[in-house]
Amino acid sequence: MIEKALVGSQKYYAWLTILIVVILVGLYAFSQQLISGLGVTGMSRDVSWGVYIAQLTFLVGVAASAVMVVLPYYLHNYKQFAKIVILGEFLAVSAVSMCLMFVLVDLGKPERMLNLFLHPTPNSILFWDALVLSVYLGLNIFCGWVVLQAEAKSVAPPKWIKPFIYLSIPWAVSIHTVTAFLYAGLPGRHYWLTAVLAPRFLASAFAAGPALLILLSLLLKKVAKFDVGDEAIKKLTTIVTYAILANFFLVLMEVFTAFYSNIPGHMHVFQYLFVGLHGKSALVPWMWTSIILGVFALVIFIFPKLKQQQNILAIGCIALFISLWIDKGICLIIGGFVPNPLEHVTEYAVTGYEILITLAIYAIGTLMLTVLYKTALGIKKSVA
Amino acid sequence: MEDSRREFLKKAGVGSLIGLGVVSAVNVVTEKKGEASSRSSNKSGTRWGMVIDMSKCPADCKICSEKCHSVHNVPEFRKPDGSADLKNEVKWLWKDNYNNVFPSKSGQFLSNNLKQKEFLVLCNHCENPPCVRVCPTQATFSRPDGIVLMDFHRCIGCRFCMAACPYGSRSFNWFDPRTEDEKHLVGGKNIDPNFPTRERGVVEKCNFCAERLAKNQIPACVEACTFGALTFGNLNDPDSEIRAVLAANNTIQRKPELGTGPSVFYIV
Repeated sequence: MIEKALVGSQKYYAWLTILIVVILVGLYAFSQQLISGLGVTGMSRDVSWGVYIAQLTFLVGVAASAVMVVLPYYLHNYKQFAKIVILGEFLAVSAVSMCLMFVLVDLGKPERMLNLFLHPTPNSILFWDALVLSVYLGLNIFCGWVVLQAEAKSVAPPKWIKPFIYLSIPWAVSIHTVTAFLYAGLPGRHYWLTAVLAPRFLASAFAAGPALLILLSLLLKKVAKFDVGDEAIKKLTTIVTYAILANFFLVLMEVFTAFYSNIPGHMHVFQYLFVGLHGKSALVPWMWTSIILGVFALVIFIFPKLKQQQNILAIGCIALFISLWIDKGICLIIGGFVPNPLEHVTEYAVTGYEILITLAIYAIGTLMLTVLYKTALGIKKSVA
Repeated sequence: MEDSRREFLKKAGVGSLIGLGVVSAVNVVTEKKGEASSRSSNKSGTRWGMVIDMSKCPADCKICSEKCHSVHNVPEFRKPDGSADLKNEVKWLWKDNYNNVFPSKSGQFLSNNLKQKEFLVLCNHCENPPCVRVCPTQATFSRPDGIVLMDFHRCIGCRFCMAACPYGSRSFNWFDPRTEDEKHLVGGKNIDPNFPTRERGVVEKCNFCAERLAKNQIPACVEACTFGALTFGNLNDPDSEIRAVLAANNTIQRKPELGTGPSVFYIV
């Protein structure tokens, strides 16, 4: 099966080469971080988590969103998703792998990583997060691979795989819920201390993930002549539309509660993100970019005439993905640390090392995704 | 080896209670029945605590924190120009304004006295410590005597405890605290051999001088304070000096509404 990924066009090899170069540069940056310490990042005593943990949070959402194709196809027998379901599962594999790598590069003592499992601590949400992410990774590799193998042999998937597929559905919800609990259970961090954090995570995940899947499908149609079908794209578009609305609704709930109650601690982070606090406003342009792109995407997704044209739909998906990436992959985690528990405003500025390491992990994820998709499409084409 | 070291630290805690001769009487009677209390975990044993009397604490005095940082080999990182490197700062005991230390207390029309004062800040050694709750490896843990300790050899440096601590009491070793170079200097300190230095990549904080308690000594900051502003003792012993101070004065804790049960009290 994997041999399908070993042969390709020149463009394919060129793409792999670019990814490997990005990975190697990132490895160099990571070696510098290992030698000098996490001091080479922009993180500080006050903003003690930065882009790494923010990417983890965002990518858990992308991973969880696979459920949006797995559930209709396997549970509701929605046949239009027959071709796209493997794309969703393999996207989850790549995204969860990146999540685990982002946890690893964020550790001060990565060599002690196994302490997580050598000294299991059920009262720590991080222990559960590492656990559910690892299991979810296994479930998606396993289910995707077994079904693909059956397809390669032109036989129906074995019946015993069904329970694993069904298990992966609530498991997808669990990974993002547990990830939200990392933050939502901390006293004294007002921006995170909210019961709607997990629902909001799921809503934004089910918007960003399927939007990425639509983009990947449109891309595969162009570069690999693989068409998931217009019906599948349409259905995903509907899912994204409702998810954006749910996400906006939940964000507005947060804004209402903070500002109508007028409790300073609840308003501080919103003020920092939207207008700046104590004269510090590094994230303000980001936050507004996110809002503008999000509203722009919402308009495209709400009007049928706009989203029916695949070029405009693609623009909408890109805008939405960037909007939600800024919201979750930058502002939510970093903003949550401002102001600090002593109400001082310390800002975080990402460093070159962090950017290179982050890009490298995304490149590893993309490389995994490329190889997995190449394999899957190779099999689907040879069978067809 | 690691487990035995942890056991040692725990036993040292218990041992120090006996050593100090402060085995407190079982005291359930003094607790009012039916009182709504979420923090009543350890009434019979020892619970170390501290009272900081701000009326006795001079504005620009730093004797206690300097002593603390020197006996615990707390590194001082400096920028190339010699100024303090706040981004990579490590601190156990320091001072901050009233409004910053007590952000949920009234900040309107503060007395001149409070405006001028800088309040001592340290780990609260909470009864229900959020840092211990979130630590995925039990590298930070509560001892039976209420002290929240760090196992520097088990910490993986995930910094979940720093996100969880509502008091900003924890520091991370972003750079190697042992080496000295031009960029990030330890500050040319003389290393005190009585306390271990840390490695890069682990979290640290005030330990209520657990190493000194084990030798029947009071915490270094309390000993260093020449103004009698710091009282240290067993909060569970109704006959202790600290309980007498608490009974005679109005005291406040930092963010008591979070239910953490801080063991550090302030006479404002």
